[in-house]
Amino acid sequence: MRWRDPVLLIVLLLAAWQLLYLAVGDVALSSPARTFRVVTAMLGDPRFLPHVQETLLAFVQGFAIALAIGLLLGLTLGANRLSGEVAEPILVALYSIPKVTLYPVILLVFGIGMPAKVAFGAIHGIVPISLFVMNAVRNISPVYLRTARVLRLSPVETAWKILLRAALPEIVTGIRVGFSLTLIGTILGEMFGAQRGLGFLLMQAMSLHEMERIMSLTLLLVVFASSVNAGLLALERRLA
Amino acid sequence: MSLPGLIRAGVIVFLVGMLELLCRTGVIPSITAIPPSAMAEALFGILASGKFTQDITVTLRNVSIAIACAMVAGIALGTALQSLPAVRRIFDPLFATYYAVPMYAFYPLLIVVLGLGDLPQIAIGFLLAVVAVLLNTLNGLDRVPRVLLKTAQVHRLGPVRTALKVRLPFAAPYIFTGFKLAVAYSFIGVIGAEFITSNRGIGYEIAFAYNNFDNRVMYPMILLVLVVVISVNMSLHHWEKRLLERRRR
Amino acid sequence: MHVSLRGVTRLYPARAGQPELHALGPVDLELAQGELFAVVGPSGCGKSTLLDVMAGLARPSTGECSFEGRRVDGEVPDGIGVVFQEDASFPWLTVRDNIAFGLRQARAPDDDIRSKTRYALEFMGLKDFANAYPAQLSGGMRQRVCIARTLVLKPRLILLDEPFGALDQQTRLLMGDELLRLWRETGATILLITHAIDEATMLADRVGVMSARPGRFLDTMETHWPKHRDSTVVSSEAFGRLTGRIWTRLRAESLRALGHQQAGA
Repeated sequence: MRWRDPVLLIVLLLAAWQLLYLAVGDVALSSPARTFRVVTAMLGDPRFLPHVQETLLAFVQGFAIALAIGLLLGLTLGANRLSGEVAEPILVALYSIPKVTLYPVILLVFGIGMPAKVAFGAIHGIVPISLFVMNAVRNISPVYLRTARVLRLSPVETAWKILLRAALPEIVTGIRVGFSLTLIGTILGEMFGAQRGLGFLLMQAMSLHEMERIMSLTLLLVVFASSVNAGLLALERRLA
Repeated sequence: MSLPGLIRAGVIVFLVGMLELLCRTGVIPSITAIPPSAMAEALFGILASGKFTQDITVTLRNVSIAIACAMVAGIALGTALQSLPAVRRIFDPLFATYYAVPMYAFYPLLIVVLGLGDLPQIAIGFLLAVVAVLLNTLNGLDRVPRVLLKTAQVHRLGPVRTALKVRLPFAAPYIFTGFKLAVAYSFIGVIGAEFITSNRGIGYEIAFAYNNFDNRVMYPMILLVLVVVISVNMSLHHWEKRLLERRRR
Repeated sequence: MHVSLRGVTRLYPARAGQPELHALGPVDLELAQGELFAVVGPSGCGKSTLLDVMAGLARPSTGECSFEGRRVDGEVPDGIGVVFQEDASFPWLTVRDNIAFGLRQARAPDDDIRSKTRYALEFMGLKDFANAYPAQLSGGMRQRVCIARTLVLKPRLILLDEPFGALDQQTRLLMGDELLRLWRETGATILLITHAIDEATMLADRVGVMSARPGRFLDTMETHWPKHRDSTVVSSEAFGRLTGRIWTRLRAESLRALGHQQAGA
């Protein structure tokens, strides 16, 4: 039963796409069938793979950094009430700014290339991860902390055995959001001032007005991002 | 000001001061960054000279259009979906993964379809904002207590007037949260799109200045965006808190 | 008869995992114009369902309900006011705007709205809180706002579903007096649903004792109180006797209802 709705949704979206294509024509859109064929061709093209690798490499590194810093920041800010209160408005403000405006600064600091992409992706993920982790830790019932003290656990043991487990569901949500946003950041970074990667291919296809390529790359990115997110969501629900 | 507020102000002053020091002493070379004081000075100069007034106006106008369209569409669709639970269930997976999708990936597509004017940027801003409004409208409408709906029935209000006079007013604080998000997302969408490729607007000017190594223009413009976005979002956040407080039962 | 129910039942159809629920009836009831009728019964017996049917909020599965000679069949007729158990005040409106709500919906002329609202504010003792928001008021005050909102429309039938349930005993006694004032003022027919036997006995002309689910009327008792009464009737002998009679009738039903609950039915 639970599979019926997503499948129905996908069917609806494909139908809408097909109708739009019929209405607008070949110049502006590519049909679903055509796009699928181009995607399959692309995936088999040996020149395509290096770009995928580039994007994935940048993303994985960026996500690792975002995760490490985000978790650390979130845990400290959540555990210490005052620092949390001081930092939260700053984090919230950072969350809402168009990070793309900071990209030139990153490019100036790191130069064009992989480090800049990694940094750009990372800054997208750090803030949500820290915010979610911070809130998760803050919302831990004080009863758990008192229990830890009664059991005479060391701070590290308390953090690992109790705090982390108690806050896990919300932390996983933060990781999921951070994952998606880091991916978005990485691809966005590649859309401006890059020479390799999926984002770069997308911009290249746009400047060459290659409709089919644009749609195939977009489709690929959308499918990848949404399926991973759906998978993480399922994991999150299982843990909750 | 409260203690956290004081500490926060202190931290910010400290960081800005460090940046100023590092720039002035040359530790950070001027091709990388200019000192904050110079940024502020250059910003005043730019605003006064009116050189980029048109870009600023264009961006703000496009952001406002995106916000307005997102609010209208988001509230309308949210209200409609709330009364059609079967349809809503079908679209749930879409909403759950919506913000994980790189919306900017659609930008080239939108440019090809809508042309090189302002429409693709407004469209991206709209697409990012509309679902936030929709989800928050749904959330607010979900929370309308049954007793209020029964009261509307007793007053013989009918579905449209019940929605307008009871359901939407009750959901208003939650819709305001959606508005707050719509503002943030519209700025992100429009300015981001302008940055990637465009021929006018604040984002375009920042990218242009970057490409021409013009730090004296780039940094002030970045500062302008940050100041505007942060102050708008902060005041909305403040309003939102006050709205919710008035309702606390 | 002002209100008449004949053979009314209400069944909730079977749903995912739950069998069909026979919530109410069959019920026969006739209310005379201007009468104050109280319904007491064990919890879950269907008292609120009875109110829903009478107000037109729910359709009877069988039987007929009529108000002022016309059938009530799932639509709320003109002239009915309802006060619910939960707080139904609109949190986004001030007390004054809450009270004026119904009049504004009916597009009454402005000075009409003003004078009627002012009167209701004074009558319910809310004058000093006219510009406050419900969130700033206590539970009892909010109920008064809801009553004022109903009163201002001059309904001919007022249905109250455990309106004082959330209040403490002393406040409830005072609110009972207020209800009597309201009743005399409006001349409306009133149906009061309550689980408090003393409240029913004290306020009503007649008390209907309802069985456990599915609720049916086991008995109807007349109190014979004079029209101008107040909460001091509680000190009379008749009050004690009546309350005792009702409880005797009700006790077995309450035990049965409790058994239902414990069995999870």
